[in-house]
Formats: sequence, structure tokens, C-alpha cells
Amino acid sequence: MNNQPSSHRQTLYDSRNLFVRFVDVVGARALNGIAGLGSATMLVWETWALAFRRPFQLKLLVHQLFLIGVNSIAVVLISGLFTGMVLATQGYYQLIQLSAEGTLGKFVTVSVVKELGPMVTAFVLAGRIGASITAELGTMKVTEQIDALEVMATNPVKYLVVPRFLACAIMLPILTLFAIIFGIAGGYLSAIILFDMNGLFFLKLAQANLFINSIIISLVKASAFGMAIASIGCYKGFTISSAGGAEGVGKSTTGSAVTSLVTILALDAFLNHLLYTVWGLQ
Amino acid sequence: MIWIENLWKNFENKEVLTGLELYIPRGETLVIMGRSGCGKSVLLKMITGLMKPDQGQIWVDGEDITTLSRKALNRTRQKLGMLFQSAALFDSMTVGENVGFMVSQHLQLSKREIDEIVAEKLHLVHLDDTQHLRPAELSGGMRKRVGLARAIACNPEVILYDEPTTGLDPITAVEINRLIRDLHQKLQVTSVVVTHDMESAFSVGTRMAMIDQGKVIAHGTPDEIWKIDNPVLQQFISNEDFHPN
Repeated sequence: MNNQPSSHRQTLYDSRNLFVRFVDVVGARALNGIAGLGSATMLVWETWALAFRRPFQLKLLVHQLFLIGVNSIAVVLISGLFTGMVLATQGYYQLIQLSAEGTLGKFVTVSVVKELGPMVTAFVLAGRIGASITAELGTMKVTEQIDALEVMATNPVKYLVVPRFLACAIMLPILTLFAIIFGIAGGYLSAIILFDMNGLFFLKLAQANLFINSIIISLVKASAFGMAIASIGCYKGFTISSAGGAEGVGKSTTGSAVTSLVTILALDAFLNHLLYTVWGLQ
Repeated sequence: MIWIENLWKNFENKEVLTGLELYIPRGETLVIMGRSGCGKSVLLKMITGLMKPDQGQIWVDGEDITTLSRKALNRTRQKLGMLFQSAALFDSMTVGENVGFMVSQHLQLSKREIDEIVAEKLHLVHLDDTQHLRPAELSGGMRKRVGLARAIACNPEVILYDEPTTGLDPITAVEINRLIRDLHQKLQVTSVVVTHDMESAFSVGTRMAMIDQGKVIAHGTPDEIWKIDNPVLQQFISNEDFHPN
């Protein structure tokens, strides 16, 4: 009986201790997150400021356009094609329940142009380019190459970040355009091969629902996704601790891809609300 | 040439530099010695403006680099050349592009003129006709020499060496030491060499400074350094066991 109050106090103390530790861990993570967001914003701000300041690193920009654009085109086309095919297949089975399978061309076109085209392209490039940017810059950081740039009076943001940022912002819309074309083509192939639909009717519906406004909005979204992928990739690469070594580079590369994917989804939700709901664009 | 005044630096409550004072006269080769983690490399990073001190001033050629804007700091950095511990060559570039990088970034020269400078600097470090090689194809000693050629490409007034002989075999280390002495004589530059390799230190240094517990505890010519009666210094340079008690 005598031990009861003491035991109760101990339990209370333990639970308080646990709560304090929980608050400590969550608080530290929240603070780190806010600090990281602040640093990333500063990096994007500096990138914008330096992008329009001489000397323009055109040679580096062209190199990045080639790496990001030309080297990604095949995977974007294949992804776009299969996305269109899957969309048409799933869409057909849903629409047939409403006896609206004839509108498959509209369904595929609107979905691919407004959402899936930019999203699939952004997802592919987040994994392929965002992670590669982080790995490259991270390796440069741990091997003191970024320090060497600074000591040689060259701004690493101007030299490394600006060309990648601009190349992603330019190439994502172009690749998205290809993904849209191949997405509609994939839907068309599914419609005529799997469901024996009239191909001409599919294409007429597709054309009737292909609005220039929708395409422009889609390309603007793609450009925003490109900027996000490049910013996150560069930020993650720049913030690797020099002592982190190969393990640090690996962790940051994975982190870069995951953060980019989540950011693309959040940015998509925000831009959809802004463009379609607030500004009323269609 | 370089004057360091009351320099303080903390890392997560660990005091690395605690009011360090140092003067490096023009044309001298100063060797900075000290145990691992005593702040030698941190000091080099501060001289190049890569790191800011918590307190204190660093004057390079009459300018306090701790207060300079980025633009002004970059102007001062053009007077400096640095050989990194790992050489820090750009993997994506050839040897020629590495050596010519700073020249192509800051001087308005034609490709032919840049190529001539690259060839001249590579000749100075005894690496003629290696322009087309990639850093991955070079040995440790060659990487250091390319790093040195890159450091002197813009004819700096000060060359900073971070552990120039670390990780090299004894013969290559001797070659690097000879190269540092040769460059000092040919280019008439001020050099700062951070090392804990005593053979290298006495081979290249015209002056020496020993850092311990965040401060310079001894400073002088190599002959003077031998005579300074400080147990930490004597243990360090003579490599004998030190028992403070």
C-alpha cells in the first residue's frame, strides 16, 4: 500500500517525460523543416536574381537542356503512351456502365491534357533528373568541388543551380507536350485495338475537347513542376554535410526524389485551385 | 600580406579558435602546424572567405574579408589560389578545362590564349601534355599537381595549401614539397601551408606557426622553432611521447 503513491508519481513522471521527449522531437523536426523551407526559398530567390544577371552561362544551359530534355524523351514518351492506354482501358469500363463509352476520346484527352500529361512527366523527371542533380551536386559538395568553385571567385548558385533551374523550367513543358501527344495516342490505340471503337470518332472527340487554354495551363503547371524539381534537387545537393560522405549523398538523393514527388502533388493541388477556381480559367 | 586578428570560432559549443593572432608577411611561406582538429583547415577556409568567424578580422592585402560583400570578396579571391586536401578537381572536366577554369571565368581571353596559359601552368608542375586526361585517370600525386596548376592559373599573390602531402607516398610527397619550393621561388608568392607532416613543414617553410587550443603558441623561422621551449611544440616537431604530468 505504501508503494502506491510513489509508483503513481513514477508513472506520472514517466508519462510527463515521454510527453516532453515527444514535444522535443516533434518541435526539433518542425524547426528543422521551417529552417529548411526558409533556406530553400532563399536559394530559389537567389537563383531567380542571378538568372537574369550577366554573364549568361549559355553553354552550360544548352548542356543541361540536352541532358534533361534529349536524354529523358524516350522514357517520357513510353510513360505517356502507357498512361494513355491504361486511362482508356479503365475509363472504358467506367463509362460503359453509364452507357457513355462513346465519350472515351473526350475523357482521355481532357484527363491527359489537364492532369496526367504534366504529372507523369514531372514524376518521371523527379526520379530521373531531380535525384541525379542531388547526387551530382552532393558529390561535388563532399569532395570540396563546390568550395573550389567559391575560392575561384565563381558563384556556385550562378554556375550550378541557374542552368539546371532554367533547363528544367524550359524542358518540362516541352516534354509534357510530347507526353500529351503520346498519351492521347495510347488512348486511341487502346480504343481501336482493345474495344474495337471507331478511331475517327475518338479523334474527332479528342480534337473537339483540345482547348488551347487547357494546353497553356498544363504547360504553365509543367514549368512550375520543373522549377520545383530543380530547386529541390539543387537544395538537397547543396545541403549535404561535407562529413556525410557517400552515405549522405545516398540519403539526400532518396530524400530529393521523395520531396519532389510530394511537392509536385501539393503544387498541383494549389495550382489547380488557383488557375481553375480562383482565376476561373478553363 | 595576411593579418589575422583576435579570431574566434565555435562549432556546436566546441571552441576551435580562441582569439588567434597571426601575421603572414608578403613573400614568405608560412607553415601552420597543429594536431588534427585544432582548426588549421578552418583557418584556411576563413582566409578564403568560405567560412565566417564568430569574431575577429582577417586582412588580406589591406582588406578585411570578414566584412566584404560577395562581389568584393570575389575580387579579393582572385588574388588567392588554393590547393585542396583532396585536390577538388572537377570530375566532369578534363585536366585542361580544370586548369583553365578560373582564367576562362574571369579573363576575357581567346581559347588559344587560355590553352597557352594551361600548357604553361602544367609545364610548371611537370605535367606536360596531360590536358586531355580526366581526373579519374590521374594518380594521387598527379591530382595534387593538377590542383596546384589550377591554383596558380590566374597568377595569384597568395597560394594556400591544405595538407599538400597527405595521402601521398614518401617519394611523391618529396616531389610535391620540391614543387612548392620551386613555385615559391619562381612566382615570388606568399604561401600558407597547413600540414601535420613535419618533413614537409621543415622542407617548405620559411616561417612556421604552431596552433594549440585555438591559439598560436609558437611562431618563427624553422631554426627559431627548434629553439622555442614549449613542450607541446617540441613533442609535435620531434615526434616524441609527451607526458604533461
